[in-house]
Amino acid sequence: MSETVLDVRDLHTHFFLRRGVVKAVDGVSFSLRRGEVLGLVGESGCGKSLTALSLMRLLPKGGARTIKGEVLLDGENILERSPAAMREIRGRRISMVLQDPQTSLNPVFSIGDQLREALLRRHRAPRPQLTQESVEALRRVEIAAPEQRLGQYPHQMSGGMKQRVVGAIAIAGQPAVLIADEPTTALDVTIQLQYLKLLKRLQVETGMAILFITHDFGVVGRMCDRVAVMYAGRIVECGPVRRIFEAPQHPYTRALIASVPKMTGPIGRLTTIEGQPPSLMDLPVGCRFASRCVQAEPRCLEAYPRTVQVGREHTADCWKVVPA
Amino acid sequence: MAVVDPSSRASLWRLLWPARVPAGFRRTARVPWIPIVIISAIVAMAVFAPLLAPHSPIDQTLRDKLLPPVWLDGGSPKYLLGTDAFGRDVLSRLIYGARVSLIVALLALIAGGGIGLLVGIVAGYVGGAVDSLLMRLVDAAFTFPAILFALLLAVTMGQGLGTLVIAISLLLWASFARVIRGEVLSLRQRDFVALAKVRGCSAPRIMLTHILPNVLNTFMVLVTLNIGVVIIAEATLSFLGAGIPPPTPTWGLMISEGRGRLTDAWWVALIPGIAITLMVLSVNLFGDWLRDRLDPRLRQL
Amino acid sequence: MKRFIARRLMQGAVLICMVATIVFFLGRLTGNPVDLMLPEDATAEDRAALTKTLGLDGSLGDQFVIFVGNALHGDLGRSIRMKQPAVEAFFDRLPNTLVLIPWALLLGMILGIPLGVVAALNRGGLLDRAAGTVAVLGVAVPSFWLGVLLIFVFSVELGWLPSGRMGGPEHFILPVVTLGTFLVAGFMRITRSAMLEVMESEFVKLARIKGLSEGVVIWKHCLRNALIPVLTLWGVFVGNLITGAIVTETVFAWPGIGRLTYEAVIYRDFPLLQAVIILKSILILSINLVVDILYAYVDPRIRLA
Repeated sequence: MSETVLDVRDLHTHFFLRRGVVKAVDGVSFSLRRGEVLGLVGESGCGKSLTALSLMRLLPKGGARTIKGEVLLDGENILERSPAAMREIRGRRISMVLQDPQTSLNPVFSIGDQLREALLRRHRAPRPQLTQESVEALRRVEIAAPEQRLGQYPHQMSGGMKQRVVGAIAIAGQPAVLIADEPTTALDVTIQLQYLKLLKRLQVETGMAILFITHDFGVVGRMCDRVAVMYAGRIVECGPVRRIFEAPQHPYTRALIASVPKMTGPIGRLTTIEGQPPSLMDLPVGCRFASRCVQAEPRCLEAYPRTVQVGREHTADCWKVVPA
Repeated sequence: MAVVDPSSRASLWRLLWPARVPAGFRRTARVPWIPIVIISAIVAMAVFAPLLAPHSPIDQTLRDKLLPPVWLDGGSPKYLLGTDAFGRDVLSRLIYGARVSLIVALLALIAGGGIGLLVGIVAGYVGGAVDSLLMRLVDAAFTFPAILFALLLAVTMGQGLGTLVIAISLLLWASFARVIRGEVLSLRQRDFVALAKVRGCSAPRIMLTHILPNVLNTFMVLVTLNIGVVIIAEATLSFLGAGIPPPTPTWGLMISEGRGRLTDAWWVALIPGIAITLMVLSVNLFGDWLRDRLDPRLRQL
Repeated sequence: MKRFIARRLMQGAVLICMVATIVFFLGRLTGNPVDLMLPEDATAEDRAALTKTLGLDGSLGDQFVIFVGNALHGDLGRSIRMKQPAVEAFFDRLPNTLVLIPWALLLGMILGIPLGVVAALNRGGLLDRAAGTVAVLGVAVPSFWLGVLLIFVFSVELGWLPSGRMGGPEHFILPVVTLGTFLVAGFMRITRSAMLEVMESEFVKLARIKGLSEGVVIWKHCLRNALIPVLTLWGVFVGNLITGAIVTETVFAWPGIGRLTYEAVIYRDFPLLQAVIILKSILILSINLVVDILYAYVDPRIRLA
């Protein structure tokens, strides 16, 4: 097995508001190996994005704090780095693509300016060389006529093109880990696939590891090697993509997979999950999915289930599953 | 959806004395007691001026001229804040000056604010060519300093209360119209307006019974936020010799008369300025608070 | 860009015509300046003579035709008190105001913008609250009184600075501070709120993801965007400065166009005042045009649209 590049252990990031504490990330653990794509899947509001921002240590202002846990990047806990030392590794060892390309680029600087700034993080080089590298970087993300694009501004580009530029900026520093936070949700359906293929290709070329955040199980099958399912601030099931699709263990994962339209086979009814996830401000003591789970029994309400090893590299947090 | 006309909520009085403050708002909702006390004191001064003023604000007592305030050497307890170059009591003039300030502010806000309210409602509700014409006028009014027109009016119409009120109204209407129009534009989309249309209400009737009550909150906030603007405008015009003509005491005029005697009688010019600053400061702080309570969307103003 | 400027020039010309027309009719319909200018016991001949010199004889329509004809030749009437063409009087005084305004603007910006940034960075903190106090005070203190106060403190009591009139650099300090104070408050408020908005945006997040230093993120990526709303208000501020100059120049006996306006008012010099208002409107519009061009320079979305 290849070596682990990013190891997240028992991460807790909470919002401390006047009204109370929102436990958005509440004990998340997973690991990412060099060169693999790990999907992080869950409904909106389950804490996926905040997990990503916790890893980057770019929490939103207004009360969000990581209070517990470790984020080991190549074995070093980056949560202990000073802000300046953290800045050193952003873009160079860990980087991120944001969700909305329309707002991810600074409207008042040209594409070239923004790319050069990112490339400068790789090495100090004279401007002509950086310009040359910017052209290369744009070519790598399959932008036509890159020389002309450098002088353009974000508003002159389409959403798909902007997201490619964001990608080029994010990987300019040759990071070992790239977090992609729903990078295609804001794109037109027709270009989503193109972008996913591009990401996959870049990943193969550079050998970086990708933490791929999405709410769409369909995309997971296409992109990921392994998948972690997140629910109400915790990872409830984690395993190789094929295993999860073939034999999902956690009732929530099963429900999620059942709600994905199938490409093959007879057209059946799509199932939806009844009920609402629990409030992150007032979490139950037991299993967080219990209130919506068809198989719930008294012990599910009493205590949070232990993590069960259900197969090779396959774990699930559920009282009902049987250890392998 | 909101088919119910929301104008029935939150009376002004309930806001001043809230039954329960929602927990999350406790900090912003702190009632600004000090400004309220200062405003009340100045309003009381204006209303009860004849009872409170120790002397006539106009009669001259030349042998008592340029007496300093009581706490300085040579001050007399007869004139607590001293006297001016004509031997008039500064305190009494200050008290009567509050009267002028507040009367002008009240009238100008009713006139200018009223015009702005009308223009805003009509432009926002009728829309189309009427809207774009009215908004062009508003833009033009923003580009050109209304104070220049106010000065022109003072020269052609002569100084007086009427001129002053018209002049200051010119300063106000455009900003009222712009904000109210924005508000009306969003109200127009609401279900209770559509419902009224379905019932067959005429446009003027809808504007009067459905739109107007719903913009009154915003209007009240605008009025409060503009009291300070009006007081300063009145003082500035008085200072420039385009306000209420002497000998009627106004704060701006007092500063204008006193500024030539800073070397031997600073109090004549400086004391009214403190009064203006205190008043405007209090009104603005109160207005900010009211805006936060009634209409937080207006925060950019 | 050329088309943009041409369109703005056209709009400006239309606005000037509107202002000139409004000024013309406002002056004639709201009262009779002749009554205000002559003593109460003036004879009928005096009246008729003055009416003629002011160009107030004849029907309103005829007057307007003459007014427009003269205006097109650059003649906006003669000042009664100064016995010279109003336009000439205006341009004699204009340079004195123009040397004052840039300094006030500069003072407003070099204090106001960084203060606004710092306040935004310390949102809710001590510095933010201090800045808030400055902003609230800045709009509450009437500027003419501030001028009087400054004269009292720095000229009368301390004797450090001259109390008025033009002269060496020391003569500029008090008028510039008086004129610039409300700008400091204004620039600060807008910079602060614009910064707060920009700092929440996604592109700032991406700038941090790139690993840029906080200094570059704040002062380059955020501020450049925050300056856009700041610049839009330049036009408004310049309008305020031109009117602010009336009281400031009056307080400091500064021989600029502001003082000229004041004199036209107190001496009831109707033709001069009429001309001054029209010329000031042109001045304000020209400055607004320059601001629009600058604005287009900072914001590529407008420049390249």
